[in-house]
Amino acid sequence: MTVQSALSKSDKLDLLRMMVLIRTFEEAILREYHADKSPGFDIGAGLVPGEMHLAAGQEPVAAGIGAHLSQGDAMTATHRPHHLAIAHGVDMRKMAAEIFGRETGLGRGRGGHMHLFDPEVHFSCSGIVAEGLPPALGQAFAFQRAGTDRVAVAVAGEGAANSGAFHESLNLAALWKLPVIFVIEDNDWGISVPRSASTSVPSNAIRAASYGIPGIRVEDNAVEDVWAAVGEAVRRTRAGQGPSLIEVHTLRLWGHFEGDAQGYRGDLDGVPGRDPIPTYQKHLSDAGILDDAAFTDMGETASATVEDAIAFAKSSPLPDPADALKYIFTEGARS
Amino acid sequence: MSTAPTTQTELPLEPEAGRRKLSTAKAMVEAIAQQMHTDENVFVMGEDVGAYGGIFSSTTGLLDEFGPERVIDTPISETAFIGLGIGAAVEGMRPVVELMFADFFGVCMDQIYNHMAKIHYESGGNVRVPMVLMSAAGGGYSDGAQHSQCLWGTFAHLPGMKVVVPSNPYDAKGLMTAAIRSDDPVIYLFHKGIMGLGWMKKNPRSIGAVPTDAYEVPIGKARVAREGSDVSIVTLSLSVHHSLDVAEKLAGEGIDVEVIDLRTVVPLDRAAIVASVSKTRRLVVVDEDYQSFGLSGEVIATVAEALPGGLKHVSRVAVPDVPIPYSRDLEYSVLPTPARIEAAVRQAVEG
Repeated sequence: MTVQSALSKSDKLDLLRMMVLIRTFEEAILREYHADKSPGFDIGAGLVPGEMHLAAGQEPVAAGIGAHLSQGDAMTATHRPHHLAIAHGVDMRKMAAEIFGRETGLGRGRGGHMHLFDPEVHFSCSGIVAEGLPPALGQAFAFQRAGTDRVAVAVAGEGAANSGAFHESLNLAALWKLPVIFVIEDNDWGISVPRSASTSVPSNAIRAASYGIPGIRVEDNAVEDVWAAVGEAVRRTRAGQGPSLIEVHTLRLWGHFEGDAQGYRGDLDGVPGRDPIPTYQKHLSDAGILDDAAFTDMGETASATVEDAIAFAKSSPLPDPADALKYIFTEGARS
Repeated sequence: MSTAPTTQTELPLEPEAGRRKLSTAKAMVEAIAQQMHTDENVFVMGEDVGAYGGIFSSTTGLLDEFGPERVIDTPISETAFIGLGIGAAVEGMRPVVELMFADFFGVCMDQIYNHMAKIHYESGGNVRVPMVLMSAAGGGYSDGAQHSQCLWGTFAHLPGMKVVVPSNPYDAKGLMTAAIRSDDPVIYLFHKGIMGLGWMKKNPRSIGAVPTDAYEVPIGKARVAREGSDVSIVTLSLSVHHSLDVAEKLAGEGIDVEVIDLRTVVPLDRAAIVASVSKTRRLVVVDEDYQSFGLSGEVIATVAEALPGGLKHVSRVAVPDVPIPYSRDLEYSVLPTPARIEAAVRQAVEG
């Protein structure tokens, strides 16, 4: 694609660097999550309790979006939000602290890993499938009313495209030409249900035609194609031409959540060979852009950043149980 | 995203009503219009809020005054436009969103209770959602089981949203003003029977004195609508008027009824309830919402916790856990009518 040629060598390295950073974070959370849940898996035990949805394999989506956004742009994510948060510049220390349920976390330990809010970069997520899309419309509405060229990117999984909130949101965004870009992460699975058993169309991108907006599907989890598709959508949207829909065929490298044995999954044998990070590393190596030393350096730099965040989280104070009722309302403010 | 408290000039709290009279609907509209003039971030959105002016006249005239950029008709997509309101509020706007009937919450409740109401808490107080969701409630005009419900107890049960329910024009304006200026999400439920509509039976008190200038009725503060010493009726919305009518009638027989208009369900003014019942030792709760697991039980629990073993009478007049029937006599047999309220009060003083 000619559009891809707009990626400089350093842009390409940045995409890989972001993917490595995300994977390093997810691997660290994986390690910490399972460190104190044995013998026997107890989902509520340990320093990181609760459901844990990790995004290994979906890094290309986040890296390809994040490269086009600035701090003033909004992003709404899903129950599987870490990759998107990192790529949008959410404070990693505060995010890690939230995952560890600490007072220093993004939500002071009230939210958890499915409920991350970072107002500094207008990031939020929702644990309810498709329901993160409508608030993105409102952020886009506010940006539009303020006369800015800021955009909102609303991310959801392929299962969300069968939900009413998805269709209502696309219609309203198209009707009002809101500066919002919908990105569907098609990782083939709605927990245990394959998309073939849930979705009537081969590509959710064709659903864009129902709302008179551009729709494009990116195949093969190709980070440069994500970058190109999102870049074009963001350009259109910033120019006042309204919303777009992008579906990326990505990969859920691990289970729906930690503890998911994936006995239902017939595609597991092929999964390691589809890992986007070695794939893109090889692509850049073959192109002469990346050597082994540079890749090693990327990993070490990412590791230092991530371990700093994990250490910050683990050394941070837990919330005082006496404060559990704080923040229901805006105490101290007018009411 | 809005992180800092909004600094606003103080408004008078519950000033003298004066002599100018408005319907409840016009009082609501006046409150919205005044806040739209004061704050460019305030806008109105919902189904038929523009040229129609709101099915129950809650937005009449606003389109002419402010134009379609700020008074916005939406598609019939409650999830999308309520969610849009949330996102706009998160970015510092102050949306007043209308859900045409409270009964319609079923198609959009996730945005209301999982998003609008929880974002502030989940964010550890870092993100505010200063939004008003107003909706029409109540029956009495044969609109059937899907268009006649009150449901304030349902919203109130779920944490993170304030719930206000005015009963008269004065409170309607003051509570709307307070709701728009609040940094918290507020559900504002107006009973169709108190709007002063020309096409529906209305209580005479649905037209009343309203100050011209902006003012607030504080959220969370009940009002003693009538002082009395024998029985406390704790109620809200249209039932306040039925209760006052019953109180006037029984006064001629020497039964002295106190009527507490809750005005706000969340936060509930428990002190006002306890103060009244401490005096009368007899409690009748009148609530047009469903009887079980709701507001009437909460009021009684409040009294039981504060005044254990100290009451001469407790009862409630509510909708007995049945879908609101269509046929007129059936519907009125389950609504908290003056006849049912009167019977309950008589039993309270005789029992």
